Amino acid sequence: MGEYGIGQSVPREEDPYLLRGQGRYVDDVTIPGQLRGWVLRSPHGHAAIRSIDIGAAKDMPGVQLILTGKDEAITSLGTQRPMMPRKKKDGSPATGTPHYALARERVRFVGDMVAFVVADTLNEAKDAAEAIAIDYEVLDAVVGVEDALKPEAPTLWPEYPGNAAFVGQSGDKATTDAAFARAAHVAKHRMVINRITTNTMEPRGCIAEYDPRDERTTLRCTVQGPHTIRRFLASEVLKVPENQIRVISENVGGGFGMKGGLYNEYILCVAAARVLRRPVKWIGERSESLLSDEQCRDNVTEAELALDKDGKLLGLRVKTLVNIGAYYASDRPGGPALVNIGVLAGTYVLPAAFADVVTVFTNTMMTGPYRGAGRPEAAYVIETMIDVAAHDLGIDPAELRRRNTIPAAAMPYKTALVYTYDCGDFPRNLEDALVKSDYKGFDKRAKESRRNGKIRGIGISNTVEASNVGLIEHAELRFDPGGSLTVLVGAHDHGQGHQTAFRQIVSEKLGIDPKKINVKWGDTDQIAFGTGTFGSRSMVACGTAITLAAKKIVDKGTRIAAHLMEAGEHDIEFREGKFLVAGTDKSVDMAQIARDSFAPAKIPKGMEPGMVENGTFDGGQRTFPNGCHISEVEIDETTGMVELVRYTAVDDVGHMINPLLVEGQLHGGIAMGVGQALIENIVYDESGQLLSGSFMDYAMPRADDFCAFNLGENEVPTKTNPLGVKGAGESGCVGALPSVMNAVNDAMARIGAPYVHMPATPEKVWKALSEATKR
Amino acid sequence: MKPAAFAYAKAHSIEHAVELLGKHDGEARLLAGGQSLIASLNMRLASPPMLVDINDIAGLDRIDMTDGHVLIGAMARHADVERSSIIAKHAPLISRAMPHIAHAAIRNRGTIGGSLAYADPAAELPACMVALGAKLEIAGLQGRRVVAAEDFFKGMFETALGPNDMLVAVHVPAATAQTRVGFEELARRHGDYAIVGLAAAAQVAGAKLSDVRLVYFSVGDAPVRARGAESAIAAGDIDGAAAALSKDLLPTADLESSAEVKLHLAGVLLRRVVRQLQEARA
Repeated sequence: MGEYGIGQSVPREEDPYLLRGQGRYVDDVTIPGQLRGWVLRSPHGHAAIRSIDIGAAKDMPGVQLILTGKDEAITSLGTQRPMMPRKKKDGSPATGTPHYALARERVRFVGDMVAFVVADTLNEAKDAAEAIAIDYEVLDAVVGVEDALKPEAPTLWPEYPGNAAFVGQSGDKATTDAAFARAAHVAKHRMVINRITTNTMEPRGCIAEYDPRDERTTLRCTVQGPHTIRRFLASEVLKVPENQIRVISENVGGGFGMKGGLYNEYILCVAAARVLRRPVKWIGERSESLLSDEQCRDNVTEAELALDKDGKLLGLRVKTLVNIGAYYASDRPGGPALVNIGVLAGTYVLPAAFADVVTVFTNTMMTGPYRGAGRPEAAYVIETMIDVAAHDLGIDPAELRRRNTIPAAAMPYKTALVYTYDCGDFPRNLEDALVKSDYKGFDKRAKESRRNGKIRGIGISNTVEASNVGLIEHAELRFDPGGSLTVLVGAHDHGQGHQTAFRQIVSEKLGIDPKKINVKWGDTDQIAFGTGTFGSRSMVACGTAITLAAKKIVDKGTRIAAHLMEAGEHDIEFREGKFLVAGTDKSVDMAQIARDSFAPAKIPKGMEPGMVENGTFDGGQRTFPNGCHISEVEIDETTGMVELVRYTAVDDVGHMINPLLVEGQLHGGIAMGVGQALIENIVYDESGQLLSGSFMDYAMPRADDFCAFNLGENEVPTKTNPLGVKGAGESGCVGALPSVMNAVNDAMARIGAPYVHMPATPEKVWKALSEATKR
Repeated sequence: MKPAAFAYAKAHSIEHAVELLGKHDGEARLLAGGQSLIASLNMRLASPPMLVDINDIAGLDRIDMTDGHVLIGAMARHADVERSSIIAKHAPLISRAMPHIAHAAIRNRGTIGGSLAYADPAAELPACMVALGAKLEIAGLQGRRVVAAEDFFKGMFETALGPNDMLVAVHVPAATAQTRVGFEELARRHGDYAIVGLAAAAQVAGAKLSDVRLVYFSVGDAPVRARGAESAIAAGDIDGAAAALSKDLLPTADLESSAEVKLHLAGVLLRRVVRQLQEARA
């Protein structure tokens, strides 16, 4: 409706308060009587704990409580466990490994938690932590995914000999092997996707508070799905009814998947608050974020692509080893490794495919979902294989894609792996992006670069990803008797601008003055239930829930309007916020109807007063955002420095509720993909020490590391939800990772240099360049 | 991030600062801009019993021309050095190096004295001082003394400063019409520690360069003069200079770069910087 309707580029209404420091993050909240918690972490990658002596520490000034793994407050807690059924290599069930809130006999990565100190002030807690004496017996550690599978590697868990955690397969092996048997050409390649970490602007943190009046615990924390956290905390850890827990998550400074889980630090605060009967706050420092936030990616893939003599794809075979870190204590590592494996099928007519995944324990922090959560990894594999095959066969990579892309007319298209794509125009994405990026002019630009001592490369990715994993979502539209509206949503906002977008949907559907709409999220006591924000699901799932609730509001409003205007219900039309009697000039607006709904005298006999409606979406089906990304890099041949010089993308995220927000999501996603491709890297040494443990050593990309992004769109609304949206949060990252790596390696291939794995640091690139000179 | 407990005193003069240092048996540390010290305190890599704050000593931040030398007080902030017209005119190498030092916020606070006394092998300013033949003025319990930059930097975070000494100023010979300077560094991102850097100065006579000083940083424990390459450049032999680097430098690998790549990049910088030295003075 008007400038606040669906499809308008409404500026983020969150920005004015967030940019002025007026948001309310967890560390902005102080509760009277609050104590501070500090976690003592393992300095060793792998060690047995011989003894812990808290004697000196417990009497230090301000200390209220010191917890270690053998204290009853910790041993009485339940632990989380994986819910999705998974299998070990031998076929037996992989039931997971416990990750106690504090380590008991053994620590398995640097940063593993050993003691929790609660004191009046943070500094007192830190001083006391330093006085805790722990006797460790240091054990051999292993950090690399391939190293961990070697026979001489130390075993992290006796019940998982050889360090393989769980395995998964997808596709049909026999059909795929048959396709390879008749192939004219098989392209083979090994790919390494390095480990990185999220580095949200706001570190993780929480405050736990116990209220003896009704034995309830309130946990304020940095999470993407408060209700999900409440369920885990109630059912797995505390074993209490869910209604005894309240989880609040107001403004959160970035999640990207990493803030999806119930971290042990939060559990420690809850345990301490219940012992002490006082609120306990823990706020992670940046050095703790780098150690103990779930890390991401980290896998090695061997892939083969079979083609016929005309360059048509016949089959894909993939073997992937995924480093999940030291514990398999929840479903978090399973997401990236297996849940999105179907994305391997890409945008191509690929008759057969088979993927084999083995996850592996190492003495490192756990890996979990990170923007794309398996989709950028899968897209990288298929898009790299297309380029490798194109290079092998001497076919232009754009042309090889053109020959094999699924035509729009073939929709719905059932892939050889998991998904059936409902809609999308993949060939048009490709052709539009080729034009927009001036693909034809590349050779001219490459020659110009050459004159300046630079090698230019161009990389295409034409990807599809699977969003909205199909979990339920809830929204409530709650008019008050004064006629203003509160919208309560089970989705979350940690920087996306959902408040703006949800207001647009409500404004459009109900014609309410946007100023009279209040959007609430992030409090399990206020919002009946919900799932949260991840996997590009919020517009699909929560937008639909809002739409369902709005329809009920209009239906009820119609009955009241008919009653008030003495017309038949079928004669009432609802348009732009007004109930009209067809063929007359009689009308009454939504806000008035809402006010009247609270007056029993004004509503039809037998109708319940009030105007409060719920919408719950069953989650619906997977959506398939897709797009073509084309990168150009220039490589300084004397230093190996890589510069991103051109970036073009044409994306289809379905119907755009707010194109400005979509563009922002794409920018952010692209930046995260480029960051991994070029500079970000988590490095552990052999003993499991984190070498990239500060921002001096972990390189986050900055604005001057990017060129301008030239974005276009190709909206193909999906029919699988009433808004036609597909989700926009992750496609930038999915497209960027393969496209930048293809550009770097296109440059390498042009001068006969070997393949460079991510991140394409000057060191690696220069070494590859010198290989080419030697050849 | 929290330091161990320490005592704090504010010095009102150079003599007072030295006196305070003397009272703590060499265990006290001077607090200038605090850009490295505070971080290492917070990470508990250092835990001195006493910090002597020299921020309020009058005149310690001056930048002046005296006697054919540019005098830069130890408390001169990077940002002030960066914007100084005296430095731009008479010590242009320092001006060129300044934008490479970390980020604006750090340059607002960090000081020249702090950077030189800390002697990080990856820092720009120590190399510049060696290239310019600067002299460092030190105050100690026995009075003042002056040490040539080349003798000042002893190793990784090691200098000629004794435990009770304070660096008070640097004296940089002012550039003449014949002075040529060059500066380049390669870093992963702008403002990061250099993978390799090179600060250079020379005198020009006709087409020839003399008194060539090529000082590398981030390739060893301290600024490293590439003496073989210097002679070759003076003889007009750039290829010879590049070849000499393999004897002049013994780089060690770090998290990002191998020794091999550092040595190669040193050669790349050599050619770039020699081009700058050969350019006519603007």
